[in-house]
Amino acid sequence: MKKQKVTAFDIVLLVFMVGVVVVTLYPFLNILAISLNDATDTTRGGLHIYPREFTWANYSQIFGGNDRLLSAFGMSVLRTVVGTITGILASTMLAYTLSRRDFVFNNLFSFILVITMFISGGLIPEFLLIRELGLMNNFLVYILPLLLNAFNVIVIRSFMDNIPMALTESAKIDGANDFTIFWKIVIPLSLPVIATVSLFLAVGQWNNWFDTYLYARGNANLSTLQFELMKILDNTQLSSGDITSGNAEYVAGQTNPQSIQMAITIIATVPILMVYPFLQRYFVTGLTLGAVKS
Amino acid sequence: MSKNLTPVTPRGAPLVRGNKSHKNTYAPRKKSFWKRLMNQKALLLMSLPFVIWLIVFRYIPVLGWIMAFQDYKPQNGFLGNEWVGLKHFRDLFNEPIFYRALENTIGMGLLGLVFGTISAILFALMLNEMRFIRFKKITQTISYLPHFVSWVIVANIVTTMLSLEGPINDLLTSLGIFDGPLNFMAQPNLFWGIVTSAEVWKSTGWNAIIYFAAMAGIDPQLYEAAKVDGASRVRQMWHITLPSIRAVIIVLLILSIGNLINIGFEKQMLLGNNIVTDKAIVIDLYALNYGIGMFRYSFGTAIGIFKSVVSVILILIANGFAKRIGEGRVF
Repeated sequence: MKKQKVTAFDIVLLVFMVGVVVVTLYPFLNILAISLNDATDTTRGGLHIYPREFTWANYSQIFGGNDRLLSAFGMSVLRTVVGTITGILASTMLAYTLSRRDFVFNNLFSFILVITMFISGGLIPEFLLIRELGLMNNFLVYILPLLLNAFNVIVIRSFMDNIPMALTESAKIDGANDFTIFWKIVIPLSLPVIATVSLFLAVGQWNNWFDTYLYARGNANLSTLQFELMKILDNTQLSSGDITSGNAEYVAGQTNPQSIQMAITIIATVPILMVYPFLQRYFVTGLTLGAVKS
Repeated sequence: MSKNLTPVTPRGAPLVRGNKSHKNTYAPRKKSFWKRLMNQKALLLMSLPFVIWLIVFRYIPVLGWIMAFQDYKPQNGFLGNEWVGLKHFRDLFNEPIFYRALENTIGMGLLGLVFGTISAILFALMLNEMRFIRFKKITQTISYLPHFVSWVIVANIVTTMLSLEGPINDLLTSLGIFDGPLNFMAQPNLFWGIVTSAEVWKSTGWNAIIYFAAMAGIDPQLYEAAKVDGASRVRQMWHITLPSIRAVIIVLLILSIGNLINIGFEKQMLLGNNIVTDKAIVIDLYALNYGIGMFRYSFGTAIGIFKSVVSVILILIANGFAKRIGEGRVF
């Protein structure tokens, strides 16, 4: 194709796209500006994308003054790390056995897995199950119910299907058992798909607030950053939800709840921004793979 | 990659059946079922725990549906409850709040579906036409970003943007459209619109990926031919790009129509408040408040069953419709 001239149409498109970029980024920059601005000054309003009276006070409140927010941050990190590692181990193991056509239970187990994509017990039965299992206010409630997801297993399995049989066969002749083959051959060859699924699992864990709300409200140690943010949001709004703690506890010191809220929002967003370049590289593959499936 | 679409496809070695009778009529490696199983202990060890997990966490909750036909009380366990037939469903259909929740769910579901689809297609079309490759890549990257932040953060962003001293009020007041700041979050009539806008903001870039990928697969010769015929860029978009992704659009529409009632509760729960609750209560929120909040477990389960049934009916209708107009149906 030969190079074409830039027309008025291109300029219109460009302006439109600049508009999209501004609308997407402005809120983040605005919140960043508020979080870095002096809290009393913020109440005057009129802040845009840069702080008027720069200060770290809102952040030092979180990381210095408030044990509760610091512990929530730690819990968010912990659940993300543990949840991602266990989730990826479980998914790859199951996916590997299902990619082995000679496995005697291959068809049966695949069937059991696929059905779960179409049925769901719903909110209440799941809630009661978690309670019956004694997972309420227990750290495991962040890990166990989210261990497996049929879609992820199928994505990993289709990737493993493309690993040449010759590799695994030759290892078998050399006397390797199935677990060794999985660990030493299949896992290293599946790293791209493992990266994709891990990133998705990590984002899901980091962003989850509802399981804390429903299952772990009673144990303050299990609170996460997203949940703390949700509570502040709930209180700043006019609602009187069933969460009793007021915002007063955050107000100690020179900052106001709104500024703290913005600082937490930024802290909760930054990890997403950090994994974003990696996500970007992999997720399109993951998504197109998913599209082929459906 | 697309060979084994569904893992249920029978492939390779036959299962248990006929193992005793066949006597080497099959291909060579026919060992008995038990012998093969003994050789696959490692595989069994690597899969069985997770299959048990699937049964416990995914199948047992479905068995919990029987609660909807009983008066479930936690102290009685799962089996010792009184059967009450369709009582909870009758209660449900007699509650005015249920109809309000249904209306809000369908309303916000439809708005999200219509505006979400239109904005994603429009964005993909524009992106596809962009000439400045570098800027195109950057725009696309930025457009995914809101998809990866949680609804808690989005709700925070929305309330900040719409607050009394926030940028939207600032802008509208200085343009002279408003006389003074408006408390957006306290306007019941604006609630659906706010939720829909938030959703469009969050997911347009992400939803556009699939359309954009479909557009990348269009044969460039079509455009060349149109150019020779003197078609403008806009006409090319209308007569080539859009018809080429028609099947993708329809498949995605069918899938989303099935999910019309499964819009969840996150947005409504996080953005809603007491003043707008009439417009904010949706089915899932209703099930959460009544089923768990008020310990009416059986009633809450009945709501869940109702939702599943409606969702199946919707997807069948959408699928039948797509079949009638002769386009790619889902099944």
